Amino acid sequence: MNDPNRFEAYDEHEDGGHGGSGDADREGERGRDGQQSPYGGAPGAGAHGSGGSDGPGGPTNGNGGPHDQGADQPPRIPLPRASVEDNGRPLPTLEGLGEPPPPAPLVLEHNVLKALLGAWALAACSAEETVAVEDHLGDCGSCADEALRLREAVGLLQRPESLDLDPGLRTRVLEGCLDRRPPRIPMPEWAAPYDAETARLDALLQDFGDAEWHAPVRLRWFQADEATSRRTTVAGVIAHLLTVDGLVAVALGLDDPLGEVSAEAPTPAARTEAYWRASHYPPTRSVRAPWREQSHDLVRTVSFTGGGAGKLSVPYGDFELPLHDAMLDRAFECWVHAEDIAEAVDYPYVPPAPRHLNRMIDLAARMLPAVLAGRRQEGLASPARGRHLVPAGEPGRSLRLEIEGLGGGEWLIPLDSPGAVGSAEQEVAHVALDGVEFCRLAAGHVSPAEAAAGQVGDREAIRDVLFAAASLSRM
Amino acid sequence: MAKKDAPPRWDRKMQQRLARGEAAALGELYDRFASLVHGLAHRVLGDERAADGITREVFAHVWEHPDAYDPKQGPLRSWVATLTHRLAVQRLRATETAALTQGGQGSTEDLERKVRTASVAARADYIVQSMPVPLRAALELAYFQRRDYRQTAADLGVTEDEARRRLRLGLQLLSTAHQAAAPGAPPGYGGAV
Repeated sequence: MNDPNRFEAYDEHEDGGHGGSGDADREGERGRDGQQSPYGGAPGAGAHGSGGSDGPGGPTNGNGGPHDQGADQPPRIPLPRASVEDNGRPLPTLEGLGEPPPPAPLVLEHNVLKALLGAWALAACSAEETVAVEDHLGDCGSCADEALRLREAVGLLQRPESLDLDPGLRTRVLEGCLDRRPPRIPMPEWAAPYDAETARLDALLQDFGDAEWHAPVRLRWFQADEATSRRTTVAGVIAHLLTVDGLVAVALGLDDPLGEVSAEAPTPAARTEAYWRASHYPPTRSVRAPWREQSHDLVRTVSFTGGGAGKLSVPYGDFELPLHDAMLDRAFECWVHAEDIAEAVDYPYVPPAPRHLNRMIDLAARMLPAVLAGRRQEGLASPARGRHLVPAGEPGRSLRLEIEGLGGGEWLIPLDSPGAVGSAEQEVAHVALDGVEFCRLAAGHVSPAEAAAGQVGDREAIRDVLFAAASLSRM
Repeated sequence: MAKKDAPPRWDRKMQQRLARGEAAALGELYDRFASLVHGLAHRVLGDERAADGITREVFAHVWEHPDAYDPKQGPLRSWVATLTHRLAVQRLRATETAALTQGGQGSTEDLERKVRTASVAARADYIVQSMPVPLRAALELAYFQRRDYRQTAADLGVTEDEARRRLRLGLQLLSTAHQAAAPGAPPGYGGAV
């Protein structure tokens, strides 16, 4: 470190760093939120400062408590021992006479006292030890110097500022950088929501203690049109994200976070259950690092594979998504589960940036026609009554999905065939929903019946689309 | 959370990736150091927006000049901390000087004292964040939780001797925040602590 710019000229004004000790010492006292120091002021100054002026009790705390006996042992002028005859107690035994009375001043070696200086500076010794140290400081120059230095250091201890960084700052900082020097290897636009959502969740986890990591969380989704849930913990949710993000990792040729563990099926739920089962203990905070490392690796890898990688397909077991949609899907899941976590530990959490939210909604809207067709085959959506099968690529009967709020927009959902194109002319119904509400519906956190939606037109079509949206959810 | 255990390999690879112009590397750099940078800047400047501004400047500087960092000279973390400190103190001095020339109260000495105090406070923060976890844990208990050293020892499951040692050593490290950076002396951000 010999860069001459590493430090500023102001450092040179710090001659020795011990000037103005009086201020620094008082600063140190204040730094403890006004806690009363048992020995009043600072070493040196304090020994004959506030401590001495406290009254006849000498430099003791005087606020009662277990160390009150210390008031009987002023360091300067020992009080005469109370005569046995005066207190009516039985005469001591011969052996007893050989022992000092209980409140005898502590006599400690220089080395012992020196070792106590840190604890003393922090007001973390017993009253007897405090007195012994302060007595010693009057006699020992080297200990007095160190005591002063350590006491000043205590004044520098401050509660870490756990100011949560504004998640928007990340975007602004990174965009500012990229404007000033365009990247040679940019991040694909479709990976940006995943990058942002994983960073947001990681920031949420930043200050979690064990209590938060083990807080219960209920994962909720819709299965066969019924609300379903599964109990886990915050750490369990991160393990879930790790294993399902792992589907993308595997598709990209990265390591599978499941490692040797084998899942019954290559589906998100089966992989998660297998991962949870594989350990004898519930997941802990140690799951955070591998999750975060994998999410960074995914962003990095898709940046290198370039636009062509969008054609790569990610198998989810019973369906597949193109890579760019899979990354959007993972961003969506990351946000949804971050909200689950935030709710479990009672932290606030805001929706994604509008343009990211818009892409997530767009993904759901694009998936709806195929889901509708699948549900119709299973008899879950209304049958062919009134259907107009059209050749692929032709306009078909459509529902207008109007998403309100930031990140919103309008989508025309072809109702009768995934191959058809949404058509304003053939609009048979209109649904209006808030963007976040729609995402909660698609996440299985709001039931189709309860989703607050403005509805006009073909009721059956509306019902089918809302249920199809809920069925997009999974564990 | 101190990430000083990250191997120097990470620093070296990060520098190469930044030099290569990898946007994803910039994101990772931010994720690792943003709270350090913002925290130090905030300690010096005491203002949220000013700290945001320094955060932007620091990452822009690293992104635009990735070669300015030489992994042989020490950890990336301490280099970033030093850069942050320098820019934040520059900003503080500029703001205060401007206020002074516009007829604000105080003298040049006041200004220097203010700059010095802010600077030492930021360095102290960094030292606490970077010190070995056992020392930090002991200070945390004794200072913030107000445990005496015997309780601290019991809480940490160490001997009372060891608790005293940790408290003293922790404060000794912290007291170096006051030290002037004599040429060649290990600076507060040297990563040695």
